[in-house]
Amino acid sequence: MCGIVGLFLKDRSLEPQLGALLARMLEVMTERGPDSAGFAVYGAGEAGRIKLTLRGTDLATIAAAIGAHIAGAATGVLRDSHLVISLPLDQEEAARAWLALHRPDIVVIGSGHRIELYKEVGLPADVSTRFGLSGMSGSHGIGHTRMATESAVTTDGAHPFSTGPDQCLVHNGSLSNHRSLRRMLEPKGIHFVTDNDSEVAAGYLTWRMREGASLAGALEASLDDLDGFFTFVVGTENGFAVLRDPISCKPAVMAETDQYVAFGSEYRALVGLPGIENARVFEPEPARVYAWERN
Amino acid sequence: MISVDLATTAKRELNQALHDLADDTPKTRWQVLNPQGQHALVAGLDAPISVDILGHAGYYCAGMNQQASVTIHGNVGVGVAENMMSGRVHVKGDASQAAGATAHGGLLVIEGDASARCGISMKGVDIVVKGSIGPMSAFMAQSGNLVVLGDAGDALGDSIYEAGLFVRGEVKSLGADCIEKELRPEHKATLRRLLDAAGVGPEISVEEFRRYGSGRTLYNFHVDNAAAY
Repeated sequence: MCGIVGLFLKDRSLEPQLGALLARMLEVMTERGPDSAGFAVYGAGEAGRIKLTLRGTDLATIAAAIGAHIAGAATGVLRDSHLVISLPLDQEEAARAWLALHRPDIVVIGSGHRIELYKEVGLPADVSTRFGLSGMSGSHGIGHTRMATESAVTTDGAHPFSTGPDQCLVHNGSLSNHRSLRRMLEPKGIHFVTDNDSEVAAGYLTWRMREGASLAGALEASLDDLDGFFTFVVGTENGFAVLRDPISCKPAVMAETDQYVAFGSEYRALVGLPGIENARVFEPEPARVYAWERN
Repeated sequence: MISVDLATTAKRELNQALHDLADDTPKTRWQVLNPQGQHALVAGLDAPISVDILGHAGYYCAGMNQQASVTIHGNVGVGVAENMMSGRVHVKGDASQAAGATAHGGLLVIEGDASARCGISMKGVDIVVKGSIGPMSAFMAQSGNLVVLGDAGDALGDSIYEAGLFVRGEVKSLGADCIEKELRPEHKATLRRLLDAAGVGPEISVEEFRRYGSGRTLYNFHVDNAAAY
């Protein structure tokens, strides 16, 4: 069992509240997943720059060290065990090379123009407090609370998973053909950091989108290629999508108003949203892709 | 009318107060405010009372109901009226999966849609859904009636034992051993009674429905296998 939540804002005036709304949704899902929690927030991006989210220890001096190594400035924002560094777009490879050489203990868990990603072991409320989620602003965000059933309670097993620029996925369920999919994807250059089945689903979508599919198209294709139980919530730089497996094994409820689209494993996660009393509340159908984009 | 606000009263306190009611209780009308999607609301009732829940409810709302009449003015989560024995549960909005699962008796009315596995393993309950139902509904249904004014999803009535399925719209596909059957006068009478009970007026005619039920050809029913038991 896990809890997943997602919030995609249509009304820009709500953006300063995104983190606070998402934090509350995440905390309500504690009963579905008390072991670890994680979230991705799509905040403001800077033209010509990319953000890398790093997870590890002794991160305080990393931005300066990378800045001394690359062409152009690197700035960092440290939040507990995670550091988000901002770099010139063309310096990502140089920064990754420096990290691999000098600090192989640090994991790059996400990268992109706007995405920032945080995950840790612990109660969802503690995790969101440690990273200051309620103070974050952005256009959309997704989160996950994990009840570990088949693998250890580690940060590696925490969601969201990000396998491509500004992409991330949270998953409730389990996949049975993730080993074979991994063998198919790795030679195509999709890189995995963990042994987790959900990361393979993220990698599959990254591959489809890299080959030209839209977010909705990639999810449509996944219905043929993924075997198992899943409810996915997926974020891209400007998009937000939901898909359930054909027998709707895992729960899902959505709410839509003029201001936002929201997803929760249970309706309880949505009760704190503004105007929820008058929202269109519905259960997404199995095997049907729901996708929203904003520009 | 006794009003309980779940913004200030714990759900367990509400459920316990309702469980404590005797058959001859004078406290027959209740309303519940701010349900906020909580689970197991008013589950396990056994008294001739009416309860109105003003808002959306979570999982297993009015589960195991006996005698009581429960109306939810909103949507419900998984397993509304699960294992109901008698009484009436009325959902004004949509129901999530497994509505009326394993229920033995009573009437479940859903004004909107019900998602997957509506009436799974139903054992005598009558269910009337005014919208459509999701896939795998009436799976292994044993007794009772499922009436759907809209459409039914894939694999309707898969592995059905016995139960009456009446669908006015389209059936995406029938499950194993579920077949269309003739709608005879006695079935029309049952159907009319259920439509009336659910507040569906004469503008909806029983002639618009098709009836489905058990083909009675699953392996364990085959007479050639009688000696194996």
